[in-house]
Amino acid sequence: MSTGAPTLVVEELKIIGVPSMAAIIDELSVEVRPGEILGVVGESGSGKTTLGLALLNYCKEGTKVDGGSVTVGDKELAGLHWRQVRELRGRTVAYIPQSPASALNPALRIRTQLAECLAGDHETVLNRVREVLREVALPDDDAFLRRYPHQLSGGQQQRVAVAMAFTARPALIVMDEPTTGLDVSTQEHVLQTVRNMCKTYDCAAVYISHDMAVVAELADRIAVMYSGRIVEIGSTADVLANPAHPYTARLLLAVPDLEAKRPMVGIPGNAPSPLARPQGCAFAPRCPLADAGCTVAPPGVTDVGERHSVRCFKADTPLPAIAAQPNRAHSARGASGRPAIEIKALKAGYGSNTVLQDIDLSVYTGDCVALLGESGSGKTTLSRCIAGLHHNFTGGLLLDGVPLAASSFKRSKEQRRRVQYIFQNPYESLNPRRTVEELILQPVIAVRGRVKNSREIVGNALERASLRPDHALRYPDQLSGGERQRVAIARALATEPEVLICDEITSALDVSVQSSLVDLLRSLQAEMGLTLLFITHNIALVRNIAQQVAVLEQGRIVEFGDVANVFANPQHDYTRSLMKATPNFQLPSRLYAGPRTAAAGAGPTAADELQARAL
Amino acid sequence: MTKANAGGMRRLLLRRSLFGLFTLWVVSIVVFVATQALPGDAAQAILGREATPERLAALREQLHLGGTLPEQYFAWLGKLITFNPGISLAGGKPVVQTIAPMLLNSSVLMLCAAVIAIPLAVFIGTWSALKKDTAVDHVTGVITLVLASLPEFVVGVLLVLLLATGFLHLFPAVFVLIPGQQVWSNPAQLVLPVLTLVLAVSPYIIRIMRATMLEVLDSQYVQQARLKGLPERTVIWRHAIPNAIGPVAQVVALQLAWLIGGVVIVEYLFRFPGIGFQLIDAVTNRDLPVVQSLVIVIALFYVVVNLFADVVTLAANPKVRTAQ
Repeated sequence: MSTGAPTLVVEELKIIGVPSMAAIIDELSVEVRPGEILGVVGESGSGKTTLGLALLNYCKEGTKVDGGSVTVGDKELAGLHWRQVRELRGRTVAYIPQSPASALNPALRIRTQLAECLAGDHETVLNRVREVLREVALPDDDAFLRRYPHQLSGGQQQRVAVAMAFTARPALIVMDEPTTGLDVSTQEHVLQTVRNMCKTYDCAAVYISHDMAVVAELADRIAVMYSGRIVEIGSTADVLANPAHPYTARLLLAVPDLEAKRPMVGIPGNAPSPLARPQGCAFAPRCPLADAGCTVAPPGVTDVGERHSVRCFKADTPLPAIAAQPNRAHSARGASGRPAIEIKALKAGYGSNTVLQDIDLSVYTGDCVALLGESGSGKTTLSRCIAGLHHNFTGGLLLDGVPLAASSFKRSKEQRRRVQYIFQNPYESLNPRRTVEELILQPVIAVRGRVKNSREIVGNALERASLRPDHALRYPDQLSGGERQRVAIARALATEPEVLICDEITSALDVSVQSSLVDLLRSLQAEMGLTLLFITHNIALVRNIAQQVAVLEQGRIVEFGDVANVFANPQHDYTRSLMKATPNFQLPSRLYAGPRTAAAGAGPTAADELQARAL
Repeated sequence: MTKANAGGMRRLLLRRSLFGLFTLWVVSIVVFVATQALPGDAAQAILGREATPERLAALREQLHLGGTLPEQYFAWLGKLITFNPGISLAGGKPVVQTIAPMLLNSSVLMLCAAVIAIPLAVFIGTWSALKKDTAVDHVTGVITLVLASLPEFVVGVLLVLLLATGFLHLFPAVFVLIPGQQVWSNPAQLVLPVLTLVLAVSPYIIRIMRATMLEVLDSQYVQQARLKGLPERTVIWRHAIPNAIGPVAQVVALQLAWLIGGVVIVEYLFRFPGIGFQLIDAVTNRDLPVVQSLVIVIALFYVVVNLFADVVTLAANPKVRTAQ
């Protein structure tokens, strides 16, 4: 880390929405030195992307800068002519977008897209392009340069985006969730590349992410954003060891622990929208320490260590340890121990393309079995086969010992009732023109016809999914992401199913929401004796919810067994490589009560009460 | 690799072409059924009630009205394929010779309209998208909507009133072809028919271009291009337009295909000596061979234009272009 003059200085930046005039970012000050990587973490809606774009003097439609300054090197961005801004972009400050699949132009060759970042004669530009491609470990030959983005894998696309940003040797790089959506092993490669490139070029970097684990591994310093402000900033080690803001502490606890030694605890409630931010500290409504004084005015900045500061009135008050349920949910498997779902020698594909083969799997009633694999491993295809959504397969599929037809159309209503599916993205799986009540009743009517006690069914389903009765009359766009996914769960539960297939149901949601959904599923499993099939690419989640895990690689189950055994003693190379690639960090144990105290603590703690209030 | 790619593209095009031929064959059946195979005697219908038995017999001979329907159809189709669809009943000349000059005239008219309308519409649509929610955009929106909702003969009549007879006297209101001259010999005469066609086809292209362009401009790759510090011109020409062209090509094709239908009315309005005018003439004169041939020619044009649009759409999409 260099100690020279900072590359980036942001002072009292304020960005507002137009025409609402609501502050999206407020009182934001930060500096980044050459060679330093600043991680910016926060939940969706905290303003981190708006901040990232502001560093390139770019405002999304409907936003504008309303004060403060951004200085890169010796240039103050607000004072620049638009021509100078254009010269600054890509040359002094470069941007690596979230999703390279949509940020690379589908109609242009890689060569065009890389070369246009540089001015100069053809030969020099091309040599530089080849050099930077080698640096991100991509081929530099003409054949590769001639390719179009769709001819590259997701990891290659993201490395092209990284190369694109470094081509002009910028002084500052802004990365907006560059590894979200990538597999863990690909993510590790990309992070490694980013780290090396920043070191090679002594380049300052701002790394925006919602994933605390990734930021903890990559960044030198961490800035935690909440509701448009930086609520805590400090060196990575300081923030992880001594989180001074309750939000930081809760955010850290919400990240599932790879070893499942500590509980994963959600943060109750939702982040306020920019239009309805509380008058005082924005986190006060969700804060276990908040008192009347917190709701009067927003807290100022307090220094709590060397280059470590926080916006909190209670920075010196330790957060009460959070008691939570024992980590690993216990199986609700009955004494009889018969499999609810049995799969024998299943082979499935799309057209002539085989994506699954030799699949043998028994899921016992009351168990939660995780299907773990990276994209393209066939985990979703397998779950779709079970649900009757994908019928191009051969082999045995039995529900409770009775063979299931491949297509859900050919299954009996009773069979359809017993197996329900929850989709990955609640923003797409709920019909925006139906109320929650109608959405929940749809599967009920489909399998049971018109029912008299519809109100009761909806009420029960909502209660089970920890939603309020008044949610019934809302439309999906009036709900937050977490609430939407709860509606999807309520919809699946309404038919009283026995098997619930959860397809990456937390991956589109914030970590704080993710933990409370996992909690919900665990309690449903215990109370209703549900059999769960939990599809995920996240090892840490598997350890926190499932009893058994099937690791899928390229359409085959390469390892199957009890979660504890598989991860304590992985047999297959692929499982080992997945575990190695997953970022992990340890927290001081004073942040949470050990499993023993948690199990013994009968009385509700402050956090429990808070949780209850939010639900 | 390039060879294999070209092969994939060629296969696709071959499939589309075969489908086009199939469409034409279906059209030929429809035309045959509608003109010749319907109950009643085609010769009688053509010659009217006072026709002498000798003339009826002669016409039946000429139209192959003897024999079963399939026999009649294949005899007719055979002559059509060999570019010998018979003699025009009205002019007494071979149909090909009757149609060819008119086809040339109409082609000139449509070509002028297309060459002006397509770039103009693409440009206005793009401009409107770039100026989204400004006065320019709103005015364009209203004008295109009004033009799109007016039938082309109304537009034509208004233009005549405005530019030929009523307000200004800039251009002739009807087309007069002096024998021995070509239609393009007096360009002033072409202005009003071409302008009418341009105003008829442009609004749709402008609106779809604007919508597609807005979507493309809102995309992440355009944002990324701007964040790379590219000049706005490069952002639009290199990054945005190639991605907008594919969907627009389909609408352009539909409009061009419409042109040949719309040309019938516009030609009649301006008394322009093209296939539209001739078609109306042939229908009035019950000149069956000419009507049949013209309808087939129009169908052929539809198929070719749509095939061409498919080529453009495929060429604009590297995913298809590079598919193995």
